Amino acid sequence: MMSDTGPLLSISGLTKAYPGVVANDTVSFDIGQSEVHALLGENGAGKSTLVKMIYGLVKPDSGTMTWKGQPFTPAEPKAARAAGVAMVFQHFSLFDALNVAENVALGMEDPPPMRDLARKIRQVSETYGLPLDPNRTVGDLSAGERQRVEIIRCLLQDPKLLIMDEPTSVLTPQEVEILFETLNKLKAEGTSILYISHKLEEIRTLCDHATILRLGKNVGECVPAETSARDMAEMMVGDTLQTPTRSTEKAGDVVLDVSGLSLEPANPFGTTLKNIHFTVRGGEILGLGGVAGNGQDELLAALSGETPTWPDAIKVKGSEVGNLGPSARRRLGILAAPEERLGHAAAPDMSLTENALLTGAIREELTSNGFVNWSGTTSFAENIIKSFDVRTPGTHVAARALSGGNLQKFVIGREVLQRPEVLIVNQPTWGVDAAAAAAIRQSLLDLAAGGAAIVVISQDLDELMEISDRFGALNEGRLSDIRPAAGLTIDEIGLMMGGAHGMEAAHIGAEGTPA
Amino acid sequence: MDLSAINPVLLIASLMVAATPLLLAAIGELVVEKAGVLNLGVEGMMIVGAISGFAISVESGSPMLGLIAAMIGGALLSLLFAFLTQFALANQVASGLALTLFGLGLSALMGQSYVGIKPPAMATLDIPVISDIPVIGPILFSHDPVLYIGIALCAGVWAFLKFSRGGLVLRAVGESHDAAHALGYNVIRVRILAIMFGGACAGLGGAYISLIRVPQWTEGMTAGIGWIALALVVFASWKPWRVLLGAYLFGGINVLQLNLQAAGIAIPVEYLAMSPYLITILVLVIMSADKSGAPASLGRTFHASQ
Repeated sequence: MMSDTGPLLSISGLTKAYPGVVANDTVSFDIGQSEVHALLGENGAGKSTLVKMIYGLVKPDSGTMTWKGQPFTPAEPKAARAAGVAMVFQHFSLFDALNVAENVALGMEDPPPMRDLARKIRQVSETYGLPLDPNRTVGDLSAGERQRVEIIRCLLQDPKLLIMDEPTSVLTPQEVEILFETLNKLKAEGTSILYISHKLEEIRTLCDHATILRLGKNVGECVPAETSARDMAEMMVGDTLQTPTRSTEKAGDVVLDVSGLSLEPANPFGTTLKNIHFTVRGGEILGLGGVAGNGQDELLAALSGETPTWPDAIKVKGSEVGNLGPSARRRLGILAAPEERLGHAAAPDMSLTENALLTGAIREELTSNGFVNWSGTTSFAENIIKSFDVRTPGTHVAARALSGGNLQKFVIGREVLQRPEVLIVNQPTWGVDAAAAAAIRQSLLDLAAGGAAIVVISQDLDELMEISDRFGALNEGRLSDIRPAAGLTIDEIGLMMGGAHGMEAAHIGAEGTPA
Repeated sequence: MDLSAINPVLLIASLMVAATPLLLAAIGELVVEKAGVLNLGVEGMMIVGAISGFAISVESGSPMLGLIAAMIGGALLSLLFAFLTQFALANQVASGLALTLFGLGLSALMGQSYVGIKPPAMATLDIPVISDIPVIGPILFSHDPVLYIGIALCAGVWAFLKFSRGGLVLRAVGESHDAAHALGYNVIRVRILAIMFGGACAGLGGAYISLIRVPQWTEGMTAGIGWIALALVVFASWKPWRVLLGAYLFGGINVLQLNLQAAGIAIPVEYLAMSPYLITILVLVIMSADKSGAPASLGRTFHASQ
């Protein structure tokens, strides 16, 4: 039979255009039976749109898909699931207030009664080494556990093709290893996997074949094991990569001193900060890693002044600032750029000028007697746009209209240009393409070279290793020991991040399978 | 002052009647809010239900037809809200307030020729033998059918939300519409059905006032019950049985304070009149102290972009 030898899914000439942008432009490739196929590309390259078409969430404008030799046009996810396509989403498609079994049931076509389903979940989770209690509320689970819920939801449907959209961005290195064992086991059982990522080393170890997208076009294919990470990166970017350079300055005096910082979270699913200690010297970058949801947002809020704490918990140059609000701290030169660009770092519907005013008013003296100095504000915004190469028609444009990378450059540039003495940034290059990320990292390095104390909170370990002088990890609201970044191994970092979050048991269960 | 004039059996029987419109409206709104939609138009849908039911039962002579018409009337008005918020993506709070104002005006227009008319009476469900049992009979077994429908609806909504697949999907849509959409559920369809159910329940509650509790038509006769229903849903932490409890508590204190007023108790009437509101809210606030939040997507506009 042809369907046994031919590819599982064959994509040919898929095109999808949105107003103003062609998300996919005649993309073609094949996914073989029990093949792990990587889909590589930068943010905005069209990876997500492409998998949404395979999963039936988006209809292609033109082009065809063939499933086991038959035409495949899923009108909705139900049809795709019925054919055997399952998907683990990048931004989890989970419901915090419902329990694990209910979440799994929602992703199935006709789920069995709850009691049978709970038993099945236990059974599958043991087989694949992903321990999970079906009765727990999803909002209380760690990021790694939440991903397990999604994977088990897919596995219960016995998929032929499993689509994974950036699955490792929220995992510790140890959890990544366990995930790979699970995926290899699935592959050995005959399941094909479409693996989307921009982490090249992972793709080199896991995937059989890779398709590279750039600006919606298929720009190349390769066998990852035989291609260097640098070559793949340059295919993705279409340009040679520049790595940030650092000048070796000697660190100055202690500028930021955090001691005994404990804090209850503002929202019920947040993380409590527990007795956090660290110091940062002038000219130094402290990198704080950790899986999302382990206290990053709460720590940023405590350092920026959004959540006031005890006066002596945070000291800057010897003076107590823990109980001051954000404006008072800005006056002292303590600036922050939070993780969420739209809605936290910038007001989406306000212009770049207005957004520049929002954090720059105090340090740049843009207001007097309660009146706004608009011409000064506009030139401050223009200065940010020029210095940080923000691609925008002008300062009147709404923040929402900028692409993620451009807005991120604006948000970081806005703080950097205010000559901070202490700068705290959370996820400075999240969802930003490689060139813009390099520019942002370089600006942080330059700022540190000028004597500022910088705290970079990030989930991108490569980024932290690249720019930080010392490294620590957040785990369930606690901070690990701070260690010099140079010479740390991935294993050591993983253990600092809390190891495999109680997955050791699973590790033993998964032995004996080809890894 | 003569407290002996208050008959406890009659008191309990009449509190159930007083609570039913509130219960019906609140249980409908509970389903709407569980689907993530905040419809502040309950008062408007109730009053439109009240006049639709009144007019149809006067014209047809059948109270049952009137009740059905009330449900249709409430649901039709709620469709306007559904169109505004689900297709035109209008703000839910503003649309709900507009719906209440529109409903009050529309009902006054529809009811111009019905002022002072007496509607056909609704037969009570006098079940032979058991309704003759002393005390229990008059309390439990000699009411109109709608009162039992209200209680059954409460039980039905509880079971639907807790045990059925439809209920799970509805809760999922209210919890995170983006995730529900990504899994392939039709968020808009679920929400429109929920909004229409809420409208029908509110309409039925309104008709209960105009056909059974007060039997007559006056402008604005729902007198804020819709607003109480909205508050009740919140204070009941979106739990059907707590809605039932809150509604009966409110109805009970309301009937009791009216009886106390009639008995001439030495407390100023104003304090008695505010007591149902105060006590109901107080009790429910204490009960809702446990960790049970609102549906996470409540009041947020959904648009399936990309």
